[in-house]
Amino acid sequence: MKEMRYISPTGMIGSGFQEASLKRVLACDPAFIGCDAGSTDDGPYQLGAGKPMFARQACKRDLRLLILAALQQRIPLLVGSCCGAGGRLNLEWTWDIVQEIAREESVSFKAAVIDAEPPREYLVRKFREGRVRPLDPAPALDESLLAGADHVVCMMGVEPFQEAVDNGAQVVLAGRSSDTSIFAALPVKAGFPPGLAWHAAKILECGAAAVVNRFTPDGMLCTMRHDEFIVEPANPEMRCTPVSVAAHTLYENADPFLLYEPSGALDTRNAVYEAVDERRVRVRGSAFQARPYTVKLEGARLAGYQSLVIGAVRDPVILGQLEDWLASMRRRIVERIDSIFGRDMASRYHMNLRVYGRDGVMGAREPERGRIGHEVCLLLDFLADDQETAHTMAASGGHIALHHPVPEWHGLISGVAFPYAPHVIDRGPVYRFMLNHVLEPASPMEPFRIDYRRP
Amino acid sequence: MARLRDLAKMIRSKNAGPFELTIDIIFADRPTYERVKGSGVVSRELIAGMFGIDAGQVRLFHYDPAYAIKASVPRYTVSGDPDETDVFAGQQYAQLVDLEVPG
Repeated sequence: MKEMRYISPTGMIGSGFQEASLKRVLACDPAFIGCDAGSTDDGPYQLGAGKPMFARQACKRDLRLLILAALQQRIPLLVGSCCGAGGRLNLEWTWDIVQEIAREESVSFKAAVIDAEPPREYLVRKFREGRVRPLDPAPALDESLLAGADHVVCMMGVEPFQEAVDNGAQVVLAGRSSDTSIFAALPVKAGFPPGLAWHAAKILECGAAAVVNRFTPDGMLCTMRHDEFIVEPANPEMRCTPVSVAAHTLYENADPFLLYEPSGALDTRNAVYEAVDERRVRVRGSAFQARPYTVKLEGARLAGYQSLVIGAVRDPVILGQLEDWLASMRRRIVERIDSIFGRDMASRYHMNLRVYGRDGVMGAREPERGRIGHEVCLLLDFLADDQETAHTMAASGGHIALHHPVPEWHGLISGVAFPYAPHVIDRGPVYRFMLNHVLEPASPMEPFRIDYRRP
Repeated sequence: MARLRDLAKMIRSKNAGPFELTIDIIFADRPTYERVKGSGVVSRELIAGMFGIDAGQVRLFHYDPAYAIKASVPRYTVSGDPDETDVFAGQQYAQLVDLEVPG
């Protein structure tokens, strides 16, 4: 194959794209449609709770257009990291939407559903064999922590996508995937140079992020050849320049020159970026260093249940002694919690008293925390083993904060303005990321299981 | 002297995964980029001071193709942990905005 064209309609399923842009790039006869659906940006909740980052209706809209486009063109649709975290619950959530779309559109096709959440016994065995290694920085890990995680996913490389398409799947729904594997799988399989294929994949996985003027989420078209690739925004009003494309390897990536993938590292040090015209950019010279195969792990475990109170202070008398007022308030809250639950509770909950307008964004790193304005926002949150305990703490804490005295005012004050009724907000379960490790599988397919289905 | 905000077209911070954060300072043209790069004012020591860590924990890159200076550090807390203040780490560059650049 001399040339392969493929498209990324959007940076993330559920974030949207212009239907006209998709139509435009479909006319270029692409070999496949790829789409990332994942991110850890929003924190550990999606993986921990098996919940989506974007809403169902938003994802359904995007998926419907992409499935119909793939069927019409008779090309594969590859979706990676389904429903944000790519765990089993996230994957089935996506499959449910796909089934609904197939029913509504009266279409049928062969789908591959690739599970990236292997049995825990497998992971524990790998850990015992020394085949789970920490990256830097990594939290401490032992066997019981690994066994007790709520969800652990393995980030797949290109091989599961390749196998699914080889077996005739037209819609591939993958669990956790490296963002780039979605787009590198078929070009690498077709024999294009891996350096170019992985580099193009890094640019495409964010949709139109590598343009100069991304005024709305949209797509990107790649034309892959044996000595170069060319990227072009799907939206005719968007432009790529050599600088905008080069700049994309900076984005949410620690090292702009070396990007680690399951099968090796993309090396962009000798990449050359050239304008083809005012919208398209040609890239050459990217290299790929093969390395021993590793699969990144992501894990989440329950941290507890959270409740919180939001309020604000406007009284200049209180603001003039804010630090002292908050310190004595904090003591009163702790005493009250001790009195309700006993001293044993002290090690079993976590309280934050955050002050927006002082250091809410940067905490202890804030160099200007001594400077406050004419009002501050207080956020008092509690993490405990169950919701009722957290709720009780927030209710008591909020009440103490509301009436906490200052010496200048005589009698009962109400020193905190609550915007909401009720003022206690229960956040439900919250989770923590617990793994920054890689696993050395016996083969690239070992942690993954492909299930072929028809909707 | 000029402030970094007057020289850069973008100053941003963002997660690089849940365990690291990365800062990008991007310039519109090569001369401005070279001027700031040459001044050495964006150093590992400066970034380390912002996050209260050792300079050895800061990775600093000069990325010529995009006229960008980049620094990556371990996150102050793992993303979403109980003491988190910025889940996307999108607002952790404030001290750079008014940084004085000599020359």
